[in-house]
Amino acid sequence: MSFLIDSSIMITSQICFFGFGWLFFMRQLFKDYEVRQYVVQVIFSVTFAFSCTMFELIIFEILGVLSSSSRYFHWKMNLCVILLILVFMIPFYIGYFFVSNIRLLHKQRLPFSCLLWLTFMYFFWKLGDPFPILSPKHGILSIEQLISRVGVIGVTLMALLSGFGAVNCPYTYMSYFLRNVTDTDILALERRLLQTMDMIISKKKRMAVARRTMFQKGEVHNKPSGFWGMIKSVTTSAPGSEMPDLTLIQQEVDALEELSRQLFLETVDLYATKERIEYSKTFKGKYFNFLGYFFSIYCVWKIFMATINIVFDRVGKTDPVTRGIEITVNYLGIQFDVKFWSQHISFILVGIIIVTSIRGLLITLTKGMYFVSSVLLIRMSMPLEYRTIITEVLGELQFNFYHRWFDVIFLVSALSSILFLYLAHKQAPEKHMAP
Amino acid sequence: MASLDRVKVLVLGDSGVGKSSLVHLLCQNQVLGNPSWTVGCSVDVRVHDYKEGTPEEKTYYIELWDVGGSVGSASSVKSTRTVFYNSVNGIILVHDLTNKKSSQNLYRWSLEVLNRDSVPTGVLVMNGDYDQEKFADNQIPLLVIGTKLDQIHETKRHEVLTRTAFLAEDFNAEEINLDCTNPRYLAAGSSNAVKLSRFFDKVIEMRYFLRDGNQIPGLPDRKRFWGGTFKNLHYD
Repeated sequence: MSFLIDSSIMITSQICFFGFGWLFFMRQLFKDYEVRQYVVQVIFSVTFAFSCTMFELIIFEILGVLSSSSRYFHWKMNLCVILLILVFMIPFYIGYFFVSNIRLLHKQRLPFSCLLWLTFMYFFWKLGDPFPILSPKHGILSIEQLISRVGVIGVTLMALLSGFGAVNCPYTYMSYFLRNVTDTDILALERRLLQTMDMIISKKKRMAVARRTMFQKGEVHNKPSGFWGMIKSVTTSAPGSEMPDLTLIQQEVDALEELSRQLFLETVDLYATKERIEYSKTFKGKYFNFLGYFFSIYCVWKIFMATINIVFDRVGKTDPVTRGIEITVNYLGIQFDVKFWSQHISFILVGIIIVTSIRGLLITLTKGMYFVSSVLLIRMSMPLEYRTIITEVLGELQFNFYHRWFDVIFLVSALSSILFLYLAHKQAPEKHMAP
Repeated sequence: MASLDRVKVLVLGDSGVGKSSLVHLLCQNQVLGNPSWTVGCSVDVRVHDYKEGTPEEKTYYIELWDVGGSVGSASSVKSTRTVFYNSVNGIILVHDLTNKKSSQNLYRWSLEVLNRDSVPTGVLVMNGDYDQEKFADNQIPLLVIGTKLDQIHETKRHEVLTRTAFLAEDFNAEEINLDCTNPRYLAAGSSNAVKLSRFFDKVIEMRYFLRDGNQIPGLPDRKRFWGGTFKNLHYD
């Protein structure tokens, strides 16, 4: 009986998530556009619903809600469905829509999209070879195989995102990095922009007039050369010289248009910086500034730990929050149930990092992979006893490998985004100061 | 050629409705082969004969400023866009006939231009009332153009055209529905070409002749149209 009750709870929550995903899709992501393909919306909502259900199952796991056998069953079922959608449906539909957009292949959409999907599957499979995933005990199409591959891709993506986020987050929030922008800077840039537009206009006018006279002369050539023909040929220049002028002017126009685009983007940048400066002077701005410092310390710590893990060939056993709380408790001698609180706090922190970096990723369809890999990584942050059920469900995946892989990619991504942001930061002021 | 005077017309509308294709068609009389995203603003020039066929015929340059972007852009983008809205003589509002949202957003677009003197914020009047006085005082001629007509199925055409007729009436403007990849919609002598020509003539008149104090006879009474026709309004 309890199984039925549990199942009904799960199903209602799934329907709720589905509805939520639908609404989110309509309101947030595609607010200003009209998406005619309902298939996309349905797939998105279904993926979203199942991903959230998996998350929910983890939470139930920790809190000990529902009986463990029904939990186990739902885990397996959920995983199967998500993998099915992820590996079969979504790539197929992506290929299908991609092929539909190419006009040439419009007639043979279906076979071509099948072809694309098979190519995808081939590369997907090949992806597993260099990694120590294959264990001879399980067959080809088992869950472990699929999860391991999805896991690799997902972990890579997440590490890239986290690396970038770890560097970008302090950069955005802290006002230390804000350049000083005055109104005169903006006005000067706007003036240059309008001047460029005027130059483009004058050149286009010349081209339009030249084209028009050529068009009119074309009519004249058809008439028999008489009185008017002679007069026209005297007053206008020789026919050959018009053409090269046009191509030359066209090139100049192209260059000017490129310049106008650059100026436009720079002006947008300046306006955005000015708004951020004003925002940082308000209460909310100061609050976020403070949060930025806090987060940046956490991010620096993570980068540091990743380096240490790689250099000293260590696997993350305890997460920083538990260590931090242990140290605090020992130092202050407070009676504190370390395990209870640390698990909740570390959970929340991981959740925050995931949510803040999910904002950009929700637009793409790799969400499914994202959730699967976040399951794998949340495991790292959870105390030992809760790891058992997840291990049981996911089979004998090499978790240590994933931690190492995550650390490597995280470090690479963080360092490259530091480099990138540094270059962008340096380049921008120089562009404005140039006369 | 310096004697040809200048006239500035804005081309506004959501992303992807076909403004760049339209401008290319109007200015070069050719279909645009490779439409790509417009960043910032692209300008093109059309040579127009004012009062063609009459003894007062004079040639003008009409600058068509195709401003890219969407109504939901960040406020920094909106602030930058306002620099293009100076001394505008006419506005062409472009919407996609297959996308209702783009037609609704035209109200917000027109207000963005007409309210350019106030500080641009992301929040417009929220209780559903337009600033009707701003519209009533508006001296700038408007033209509503619906694109992608070929993608509307025959059966739905009537319903779509009724809706756009209401839209054009709200703006007190003429409307043209066409397909930017087919030049025959603007072929010389067709009703669309006549409407376009009349619009440009009106723009030129407002720019050059009203300032002298000459009244153009037959200006429609604008107040008549503002009887609560803003029913399709959605503000998010």
